[in-house]
Amino acid sequence: MLAKRIIPCLDVRDGRVVKGTRFVNLVDAGDPVEAAARYDSEGADELIFLDITASSDRRDIVTRMVRSVADRISIPFTVGGGLRTLEDIQAILRAGADKISLNTSAVENPGFISEASRYFGSQCIVVAIDARRALPWNPDAPRWEVTTHGGRVSRSREAVEWAVAAAREGAGEILLTSMDRDGTKDGYDNILNARVAGMVDIPVIASGGCGSLEHIADAFTEGNASAALAASIFHFGQHTISECKRFLHELGIPVRLT
Amino acid sequence: MTPITETVIVDYGMGNLRSVEKALEHAGGRPLISGDPERVRNADRLILPGVGAFGDAMKNLKQKGLDGALRQAVRGGTPLLGLCLGLQLLFTRSEEFGSHEGLDLIPGSVLRINEPGLRVPHVGWNQVEGSRPNPLLEGIAEGSYFYFVHSFYVQPDDPADVLRWTSYGFRFCSIACREKVWGAQFHPEKSQEAGKRLLRNFLTIL
Repeated sequence: MLAKRIIPCLDVRDGRVVKGTRFVNLVDAGDPVEAAARYDSEGADELIFLDITASSDRRDIVTRMVRSVADRISIPFTVGGGLRTLEDIQAILRAGADKISLNTSAVENPGFISEASRYFGSQCIVVAIDARRALPWNPDAPRWEVTTHGGRVSRSREAVEWAVAAAREGAGEILLTSMDRDGTKDGYDNILNARVAGMVDIPVIASGGCGSLEHIADAFTEGNASAALAASIFHFGQHTISECKRFLHELGIPVRLT
Repeated sequence: MTPITETVIVDYGMGNLRSVEKALEHAGGRPLISGDPERVRNADRLILPGVGAFGDAMKNLKQKGLDGALRQAVRGGTPLLGLCLGLQLLFTRSEEFGSHEGLDLIPGSVLRINEPGLRVPHVGWNQVEGSRPNPLLEGIAEGSYFYFVHSFYVQPDDPADVLRWTSYGFRFCSIACREKVWGAQFHPEKSQEAGKRLLRNFLTIL
């Protein structure tokens, strides 16, 4: 049986893991390669690195990190952040990443998704969507706006519609982050997750707001997600991956126990 | 004890060869990445990795003269292991974006996952079913998890070529084997201990 995936997410800036609230107030959370190796040995199913390095030699910095991570772990990992060309993607995949994620470049040019998936295969193209509840919020007709640049830029696009379009363009998975919940530890936006999971036939990774193991269970049972991404609860030692897996297993949620 | 023999990872310009190379080194092998047909013909054992599209992959193999080299090596008894797209390439034909001919080392077809209600690609950790003994699976328990990411699956013409099954709404062949040709739909190089064991087993097959 296909297991639900637990995916620690590492936000990386200048070669260090950072964690903030809604992408601001960043605090240092360690060395990405060491963190990756620890998560691998604890039984994480995959890892995602989102790079927010701003410097001009970012490609070298990121490629070096990807190579070191690839040498240390034996689970798949995804790298995202600032990838705009097929050459950018090629460099990351060649360095040893299994998948890449596109965000701003896909919003600005949806055709880039199909170009990338035709060239590298859908299975390695993840489209990341940062969604925020559109105001006024109407629970009977919920809408989410797509944002980019860590939530600072609003796009004139509805997030569920964008997920459907991205899937049609050839995305292999949707990484769906609630910008309302990111860093809050209030739980995932499972209305959003369930809505998108119901509209696309590719896997949805729930992201943003995880503060407890119960939240992860809810992402699967209420949000209908295929995978749950979390950062703080793992980075700062609140829970280990194995604790998380045992908790889900006892609830009858299929997970890979190691 | 693993014999120190050279394993050629066939390079035809598709996919992440580095992780396969690294996994083989960890398993005690001496991997060599090469796209040279001569190297392929003379290899002690062969790994055909790959991600991407079937049609492009076959085109690349043919352009480099690797299709003939692979068939020749297999006829000469060289053990061959296909991984993911590499498994699919071993088959006779594929319906991926049109119809394509494969290496035809295992008779059968490559089909799109097309069951109502199933998310495609099939992504994540899934289990292998079946208990038919085979040196490739020595020490790997039924129900072991491996990492999958694929939209197509293989269907051998002869059920005897199915070594393991996997369930994802329906049952598909996740490990195929015909004489000294093996293929796995999953990525052993991304599947932690079970994957390492499978690669180590392959390195000891004579």
